[in-house]
Amino acid sequence: MATTADHFQAHTEDHGHHGHDHEHKPAFFARWFMSTNHKDIGTMYLIFAIFAGVVGGAISGIMRAELAQPGIQYLGFFAKMVGDNPTDFNATLHMWNVLITAHGLIMVFFMVMPAIIGGFGNWFVPIMIGAPDMAFPRMNNISFWLTVAGFCSLMCSPFVPGGTGMGAGTGWTVYAPLSTSGSVGPAVDFGIFALHLAGAGSIMGAINFITTIFNMRAPGMTIHKMPLFVWSVLVTAFLLLLALPVLAAAITMLLTDRNFGTTFFDASGGGDPVLYQHLFWFFGHPEVYIMILPGFGIISQIVSTFSKKPVFGYLGMAYAMVAIGVVGFIVWAHHMYATGLSVNTKMYFTAATMVIAVPTGVKIFSWIATMWGGSIEFKSPMVWAIGFIFLFTVGGVTGVVLANGGVDDVLHDTYYVVAHFHYVLSLGAVTALFAGFYYWFPKMSGRMHSEFLAHVHFWIFFVGVNMIFFPMHFLGLQGMPRRYPDYAEAFTYWNHFATVGYMVMSASMVVWFVNIIYAFTAGKKAPANYWGEGATTLEWTLSSPPPYHQFETLPVIDETVHH
Amino acid sequence: MTGAFVALVVGATPAFAQATAAAAPAAGSYTPMKPTPGIGMPVDGGIGLQKQFSPTGEYGAWLHHGLLWIIGLICLFVLALLVIIAVRFNRRANPVASKTSHNTALEVAWTLLPVLVLIAIAVPSIDLIAKQYKPAPESALTIKITGNQWFWTYGYPDNGDFEVISNMLNIPGQPTINNGIREVGTRPWDGPSHLEVDNRMVVPAGEPIRLQITAADVIHSFAVPSLWFKLDAVPGRINERVLFVEKPGVYYGQCSELCGAKHGYMPIAVEALPRDKYNAWVLTHAGGLIDGKKKPVAATAAAAPAAPATDASAAPAGEASAEAE
Repeated sequence: MATTADHFQAHTEDHGHHGHDHEHKPAFFARWFMSTNHKDIGTMYLIFAIFAGVVGGAISGIMRAELAQPGIQYLGFFAKMVGDNPTDFNATLHMWNVLITAHGLIMVFFMVMPAIIGGFGNWFVPIMIGAPDMAFPRMNNISFWLTVAGFCSLMCSPFVPGGTGMGAGTGWTVYAPLSTSGSVGPAVDFGIFALHLAGAGSIMGAINFITTIFNMRAPGMTIHKMPLFVWSVLVTAFLLLLALPVLAAAITMLLTDRNFGTTFFDASGGGDPVLYQHLFWFFGHPEVYIMILPGFGIISQIVSTFSKKPVFGYLGMAYAMVAIGVVGFIVWAHHMYATGLSVNTKMYFTAATMVIAVPTGVKIFSWIATMWGGSIEFKSPMVWAIGFIFLFTVGGVTGVVLANGGVDDVLHDTYYVVAHFHYVLSLGAVTALFAGFYYWFPKMSGRMHSEFLAHVHFWIFFVGVNMIFFPMHFLGLQGMPRRYPDYAEAFTYWNHFATVGYMVMSASMVVWFVNIIYAFTAGKKAPANYWGEGATTLEWTLSSPPPYHQFETLPVIDETVHH
Repeated sequence: MTGAFVALVVGATPAFAQATAAAAPAAGSYTPMKPTPGIGMPVDGGIGLQKQFSPTGEYGAWLHHGLLWIIGLICLFVLALLVIIAVRFNRRANPVASKTSHNTALEVAWTLLPVLVLIAIAVPSIDLIAKQYKPAPESALTIKITGNQWFWTYGYPDNGDFEVISNMLNIPGQPTINNGIREVGTRPWDGPSHLEVDNRMVVPAGEPIRLQITAADVIHSFAVPSLWFKLDAVPGRINERVLFVEKPGVYYGQCSELCGAKHGYMPIAVEALPRDKYNAWVLTHAGGLIDGKKKPVAATAAAAPAAPATDASAAPAGEASAEAE
């Protein structure tokens, strides 16, 4: 995407000469607590997501430690910590369910979504379309603080009773009736409230992105000239807007079933527990695309930049995302193959689910075609992006296996499913996040990170996560069910192996934090376009970090340029 | 040993349990089967599907095997392309990037080829689902399975409607999971820890069985990997599916829907026996009936010669329970 870049460069440098005063930055409290600046809010989202990611990652560390060998080793300690009776073995076991629930909810709602949509979306969508800020800056602020409030609510839940023990032990899916009659006490209510708050924040964020992208594009920035990252956030925002209200409805019904005697999901009052699952997954399946689509966008930008080529098949790439978004809404019951669907329903969802493989394949092949014939520089974001393409392929093809309703009868709710969704999320979305982080960190902070450490981070992470999650395919095929704190001895070998993998992966996180500290203490100042000729989107025309308010004069996009 | 087992059978009143225990030596017709290591259970460090013992299982395993080839080749193909790109199109090998960004033929090809592959997968996949949903013949034996927090109950409405309660055996060296239940490994027929139960779900081998599954409290899921079977137990609903076990044996599974604290401790053990031995097992239960009679029909009588003795002593209780239904 070429622009009249020289014109802007001059404009921003102009800002630089005048220094701070010219930028009218508010004082600390007003700037960070009453912020209406998309870049500041984006930064807060990223810091929040890193914090939540550390909490969620630490929880998975407890889980991997517990699963390193059969038997119950450490759960009692953590159960005692939140106030459970240490002699009550059921409360100890309940702690496991609290951990898996918290891990899932934190990673989905408070790590991946805030980072990839709230963080990178806020930072770069306005810049990439040549807008000075988001359409509703104050709504942007409340979106962020609702997410934080949701996280606080979720963090309260382990310290209050949740039925068998302290905390909500329902799994992130919060299935009734385990979450209603099966969980007495306020813990699940805190969890539901957390989802309400985070969901409201996300819906407002989605409205903000849609309005911004539709109305605030710079002159010449037509829909079909938008960078693919903007496309990906646009599609994601529509998914959020249509899916989250359904979740809100479902968990509100849970809330009234729990507290006000309704029986939406209680068969003894004429309700149906399976209805909850339909509602949840009508949200839940688009949700997985909400987490991965912006990642697709980031990878497209990076692959194009470092291949020094425009994205191959731009329109195909954009509309593949639209297709994934649309089809993503009509495949939800493939999460429910074991609930007793009718035969025709199961056949339909099998066929519909497999259709998603087609646009996904278009994306994978288009990235490869973008690199083909390029002059590739293997800078850290590119290495992460190539890692993403391979890992996402592995996670995608196991999705094709699970799509088959008949095959799912043996794999449903086993570790095979855990392996599948961690390959597309933990190794897909998170790898895309790190790719985006190294791609844009100097732009956001103004300081260069160490490329050497970024490569070390990648390789240790790559080895670690594959060690954790690849053996889970074996465990699942052998029949090990999900959400088990303890297992038959035959499963020991691969579980132990995965736990060793966790340690390798956590070492890579240390390298990452060292790299951030290095950048802020000893990192070189980042120039405006530190990736060179391949980086052509609008953020590279601005200084690093960009001025507090960019594009006070709107940029004009060259009409003759095409992809 | 048999006496001890019979005494454990749940559903019998204490007085009646004593009576059958006394009659047990004469019954002598049922001893739980010793599982074959590695059959119907996971194996140490295993990396593939468990060996299958049902027709749909064999079909499903065949389909999975084919899928594994397809997805393996796709992954290797993508990996190979990435390696070629790294070698041929790095900055040193190819200093000037091409500007190609369109190739309609290529784009159509990589859209249509996956469609063809998916159609090839969908045909057997849909066929497998159709086979799994084929209803049981009317004469098929019905077993009623109920998931509870945290154990399974198995009802036999066609055999006098007795009920078997199935708890996981406690694990030596671990806190007690189920009070009053023995530890695993204390009987010669005990299978692996975490999987073995006090009373197994006994079924006849080599005939279709109608499983009707429900739950008493929260959702559970009845799953046996080596029989390609998994169906949720949903309170307020009855899910029905056919089970066909080809060979006698013990097949283990575990609850597969999060159901609370002891979700990990409510395994499933299916013991498939030849029809005559199954009938003998039925008659060890209070009120156990074969074809509506307390005495096995002629064909099976020979195989279970001691059964009438059990019958005689069980008669009053048996009748009472039959009337009760």
